Amino acid sequence: MTHVKRSLGIALWFMFLTLPLMVVRVNTVSREIEWRWHNMALVGICAFAIAWFWQFSIERRMSKLAQVSNDKHPELKKPTWTQRLAADPVLSRRVLIAVGALAMVFPWLVSTGQNFYHVNVMVSALIFVVLGLGLNITVGLAGLLDLGYIAFFAVGAYTYALLAKTFGMGFWTCLPLGGLMGALFGVVLGFPILRLRGDYLAIVTLGFASITKIVLENWDTVFGGAAGIANIPRPDFFGVELTGREKAVYTYYIVLGLVALAVLVTTRLKNSRIGRAWMALREDEIACVAMGVDMARTKLSAYALGAFWAGLVGVVFAAHNNFINPDSFTFMDSAMILAMVVLGGMGSILGVIIAALALKLMPEYLRAFAEYRMLVFGAVMVLMMIFRPQGLINDMRRKYEYDTAEREDDDGGK
Amino acid sequence: MAANDERKKLLEVSGLTMDFGGLRAVDNVGLDIYEGEIVALIGPNGAGKTTFFNCVTGIYEPTRGDVKMLPPGRPARRINGMKPNRITELGMARTFQNIRLFPAMTVLENVMIGRHCRTSTSIVDAIFGGRKAAAEERESIDKSYQLLKKVGLAEVADEFSRNLSYGAQRRLEIARALATDPFLLLLDEPAAGMNPQETHELDALITRIRAEEKVAILLIEHDMKLVMNISDRIYVMEYGKEIAQGTPQQIKENPKVIEAYLGEEAHA
Repeated sequence: MTHVKRSLGIALWFMFLTLPLMVVRVNTVSREIEWRWHNMALVGICAFAIAWFWQFSIERRMSKLAQVSNDKHPELKKPTWTQRLAADPVLSRRVLIAVGALAMVFPWLVSTGQNFYHVNVMVSALIFVVLGLGLNITVGLAGLLDLGYIAFFAVGAYTYALLAKTFGMGFWTCLPLGGLMGALFGVVLGFPILRLRGDYLAIVTLGFASITKIVLENWDTVFGGAAGIANIPRPDFFGVELTGREKAVYTYYIVLGLVALAVLVTTRLKNSRIGRAWMALREDEIACVAMGVDMARTKLSAYALGAFWAGLVGVVFAAHNNFINPDSFTFMDSAMILAMVVLGGMGSILGVIIAALALKLMPEYLRAFAEYRMLVFGAVMVLMMIFRPQGLINDMRRKYEYDTAEREDDDGGK
Repeated sequence: MAANDERKKLLEVSGLTMDFGGLRAVDNVGLDIYEGEIVALIGPNGAGKTTFFNCVTGIYEPTRGDVKMLPPGRPARRINGMKPNRITELGMARTFQNIRLFPAMTVLENVMIGRHCRTSTSIVDAIFGGRKAAAEERESIDKSYQLLKKVGLAEVADEFSRNLSYGAQRRLEIARALATDPFLLLLDEPAAGMNPQETHELDALITRIRAEEKVAILLIEHDMKLVMNISDRIYVMEYGKEIAQGTPQQIKENPKVIEAYLGEEAHA
């Protein structure tokens, strides 16, 4: 009952708030005021419905939380589908093979002759998947909030563009170089901000991205200024001339390979001594150093490795687009990548991949609603943070195998 | 069991002073720890005990004074202003008064962080997953698990550490500190928040750790029964100054200590 009362209150308040906007209209032709009361009714009904649904959801969530905190082992009680999948090695391998096979045949399924639009869309999406995975190291694992991640992407892209245009260096030589340049810039940025945390860190990284963009825009003798650099060579395929569609498919496979590599490397690192140190740093910096973890080295490695992926994929971006200019590296892109990591679930590799694909593909295929894109985006973010602040997919806790025989006689073969 | 000069000295603190702006939190405090000892540091709230700990372990850099570590079999080192992780590497580990675990990591992983400074797998090793890296990982899992068994947390090894009870979290902190292979263990109020039963078990645990791990222990504690039971020597601090030291018996009878704790008469 309180819900209905409160929703009624909210509806009335909204009807009052939107009165000048929705109800009163001055007809400039006939010079009289129109009162559109039906609009007010509409606002009232909608506000009431949304408010009621909102409170209903919040209450359900609260009761669920209360229930969880009553259980002693909440995680053991209700395994989510991802946990079930991870617990079953046969099933998870099958799913992995199926997804891999689908990814391999994807470009041939969706492209024909001159039409390879979908392949290009997927290439851009996969580029962002790699970016998301890279930022996931810095933000998700090591907990270093980075609002200027796109700068490293720009470093990679410009590295390739300049090396290819000036020295005629090939794509495959530049690919690792771009990654290394990204990592180098990561370390260079990392040094001054070793002591910073949280908000301060975010502001400095934001500044770093702005500096990068301004340098790119204004140093036109080297970087081509706001006009950017055009005619960047596409990836070369053993000197064979490729058609437009083949080029797109080829790039698709390159990025797909990078995604696979990024997943493999991040998983390995996450489950190693290095990854544990990153997570410990995220959890409690003071305890972490007091337990003998070198903070400077751990932070720098997290920055460098995160930036490495951005640099690497920046090379692919430049090669894929043929053309780059500073407008491709705005704060909006940094925010977008950060959103992927947060929405996907901090530290969760699968979650970040799903979130990156969703955030890049949805706007592409929802062009019909282009005007409302940002509105929907914002609403989704707000709802996610309220109802699922841990992200789409929880970072799973890892179970280690200790000596099983010992374990059995220890706790009666649990 | 008074200080025995024939035994090897492990830690030597002299004239330690720590100022925060105009406030002198620790004033000219000296303290020695010998091999195999359990030493307690007691005093009323705000006496500067934890600040003293933080100075010794490198969280703060002391304003004045000397902190010298004498690792067995290695040359002595002056550790003022050294980074905390370096000091831990040299063999001094600590726990925290307000528990500082890694809440979103499992119990076992928490202890494995302690192994970090004793292992050497690099980023490249970790990515390529060589045999050496795997063996090292295996070893740190096994060692950590053994430590968990020692403190009685083996059954909850896969649980998130935030789900543990208060007493269990304190024991986990001890296991994590022990994982760094210390010769000197600093415990900051290990019994705080424990019930009498848990405190009793902690008493046994600390004595056992000293025997099995061959570590000397310095602890800050308010639980007088625990302190009097297990410590060989006691230092007493008040208002940043050291007001007494001696065996539990001597401390019990020391008028200055009684005054500090019971506040018999206000100072002039």
